[in-house]
Amino acid sequence: MAYRFTCLFLLLFFATVSSAEIAGFPFENEAQEQRFRDLSSELRCLVCQNQSLADSNAGLAQDLRSELYQQVLGGNSNSQIISFMTERYGDFILYKPRFATKTLLLWLTPVLLFSISVFCLIRFSKFKSQEQQTPATDEDLQKIRALLQAEEEKQ
Amino acid sequence: MSQPVEDQPQSLQEQRPKRWVYILPLGLFTILMVFFFFGLGLNPQLIPSPLIGQPTPAFSLPKLSNPDELIHHTDLKGDVSLLNIWATWCVSCRQEHPVLMKIAQSKEIPIYGLYYKDAPAEGVIWLQKYGNPYRENAVDEDGKVGIEWGAYGTPETFLIDQKGIIRYKHVGPISWNDWESTLLPLISSLKE
Repeated sequence: MAYRFTCLFLLLFFATVSSAEIAGFPFENEAQEQRFRDLSSELRCLVCQNQSLADSNAGLAQDLRSELYQQVLGGNSNSQIISFMTERYGDFILYKPRFATKTLLLWLTPVLLFSISVFCLIRFSKFKSQEQQTPATDEDLQKIRALLQAEEEKQ
Repeated sequence: MSQPVEDQPQSLQEQRPKRWVYILPLGLFTILMVFFFFGLGLNPQLIPSPLIGQPTPAFSLPKLSNPDELIHHTDLKGDVSLLNIWATWCVSCRQEHPVLMKIAQSKEIPIYGLYYKDAPAEGVIWLQKYGNPYRENAVDEDGKVGIEWGAYGTPETFLIDQKGIIRYKHVGPISWNDWESTLLPLISSLKE
């Protein structure tokens, strides 16, 4: 029963998403529609910066959506459209930052931090020292006994 | 494996990390603070324009003063000039307007307007009511040319040199302080 409800819920959830953003933009085929959908969710609305072009109702987002629509219909490739947008609005319009010298730190910090933590984990973990523990030799045992005896004699 | 110091048991020696390790968290924290200090001070509304150093985007639009005549991007060449993107629905433009009037009165630089996504009749009334600091206004009713200029929030002002190359962009209303401390020195250096 719970499974059925989950399915129903998910279906309803996705149904609203897929119909909302395409309203007003008739396409010739599925591929165009899919490209429009992908691109409009990859590009940022510059007015309300935490929304994509697909999500935003700002005037500029509407204008950029219709620009996008015309370019998709006109047969421009994804990279052509992306460079059209970045030439005018800069890399900021891309939700996914490019891999460039400027963004090197952004992309590599997670890898760097992960490597440092793995290094620290190996270097300072107790496993290593336990492995290398050697059993006490006869000589050691004699020393220990001598110390214990000395202690007893004091008392 | 290192030789144990005599009066300390071997296992204790091995488990103790080197001294620099204790400074590591403080070091990482300091680096983080430096990033926060500079990062959180940035205004996310100020998006650097990729148009700086580029020629002005091409346009041919009707003039606000006379819809039968066209104004072209090439008309901006020859002088160092400002191009101000504005509209009557834009509240900050109203706030900026007296500063533009003062700049126009100083006769330092011609100001062109890109009248953005607004009805021409409204703009004519607005300029009659509050005064007209513009040499000429280009009417961009559907906002297409605005996209070419990378406009995302009015008012925006571009500084353009004699050859029609964009040299600087100011986002938001220009204050008299912005004019005196940033724009005027830039204009003087471009005029040399």
